[in-house]
Amino acid sequence: MTDEDRPAATPAIVACPDGPLLVRGDVDLVDPQGRPLERHRRTVALCRCGSSAIKPYCDGTHKLKHFTTGGA
Amino acid sequence: MFDLQQAIARAVAGSDDLLHDDDVQLALDMLYELHYTGFDEADDGWEWSPALLAGRSLIEAAFERALRASVPMPELPEPRADAVAAALFELTAPTPGPGLARTIEREATDEQAREFIIQRSIYTLKEADPHTWAIPRLRGRAKAALVEIQSDEYGGGRAERIHAALFAGTMRALGLDDTYGAYIDAVPAITLASLNMSTMFGLHRRLRGSAVGHLAAFEMTSSLPCRMIGDGFRRLGYGVDVTFYYDEHVEADSVHEQIAGRDLAGGLVDAHPELLADVMFGAAACLVVDGMAADDVRSAWEAGESSLLGSAVRS
Repeated sequence: MTDEDRPAATPAIVACPDGPLLVRGDVDLVDPQGRPLERHRRTVALCRCGSSAIKPYCDGTHKLKHFTTGGA
Repeated sequence: MFDLQQAIARAVAGSDDLLHDDDVQLALDMLYELHYTGFDEADDGWEWSPALLAGRSLIEAAFERALRASVPMPELPEPRADAVAAALFELTAPTPGPGLARTIEREATDEQAREFIIQRSIYTLKEADPHTWAIPRLRGRAKAALVEIQSDEYGGGRAERIHAALFAGTMRALGLDDTYGAYIDAVPAITLASLNMSTMFGLHRRLRGSAVGHLAAFEMTSSLPCRMIGDGFRRLGYGVDVTFYYDEHVEADSVHEQIAGRDLAGGLVDAHPELLADVMFGAAACLVVDGMAADDVRSAWEAGESSLLGSAVRS
């Protein structure tokens, strides 16, 4: 198998309707100074409703806020 | 001569509420335990004893009938991944008002909070195991999703991060016995029924859709309650050695619920639309049975009693 034949391990970001951004794969999560953010699992959910108490990660609070993404 | 099948048939037929029947649920729990980590005192060969399996199937048939009679079937969405995920999120949407997690957060006494941990220990010391049975029954997107969730449940390769091990740490920090089964005689039937149901869904390939739906509902009703429970233990003065399991689940299950709804349950229904009703039943059954167990605990506390059997257990 040559490198071109291998399935690509491209990182992917899934925009979950009415929910977080799910980040899978080899992506650097860093603060504005480029310092790595603490990461506990391979796949992480990033808050996009703005209400999480554990930002940048999702804590499910979007469900209490009835956050919607309009299908995006 | 003692006839096991007859004895089981009598016990099952004579029960007017199988979900709350201590003997029947304990018997089923023990029969299932032979497939998990077993008993020191029981020969491992009993796992595949035809007599025990025949007895187990008598209990399971009645248990499944009782579940189907107790669980209102939700309206079925279109058999597409996005519609299934949306329906599951709607079914599991947080309800305002009282609940067991809120009670822990706001008013449970120290003794009640420890009692809650004892109740949860029956499942949580083997957290994730019942759904793992479903992995070889799935293919493609659903399988990858289940493995992704379970890998995280099992610590992503780090034994000390296995969620069941984190829960054992919580128990030890509270001075409770973290040996599996230490409190099996103290918990009521409905607590055993909750675990038995997920084991039945996991062990029967026929019910793989319900195993998937069950896990999705479980994950979707976890992160917000886990924060309340962690806050409850902080209110009672406990530190991170007690709360870490719950703190971890706030973040972990916010990830898992997305994977479980869209890729696991949705992916399964995309590939197998005929399993849609099983998926939704499994989700609804999780909510109903775990809701019954939680309500029983709160009712006991409101009456000033313990939710545990007999003379309640101290550490």
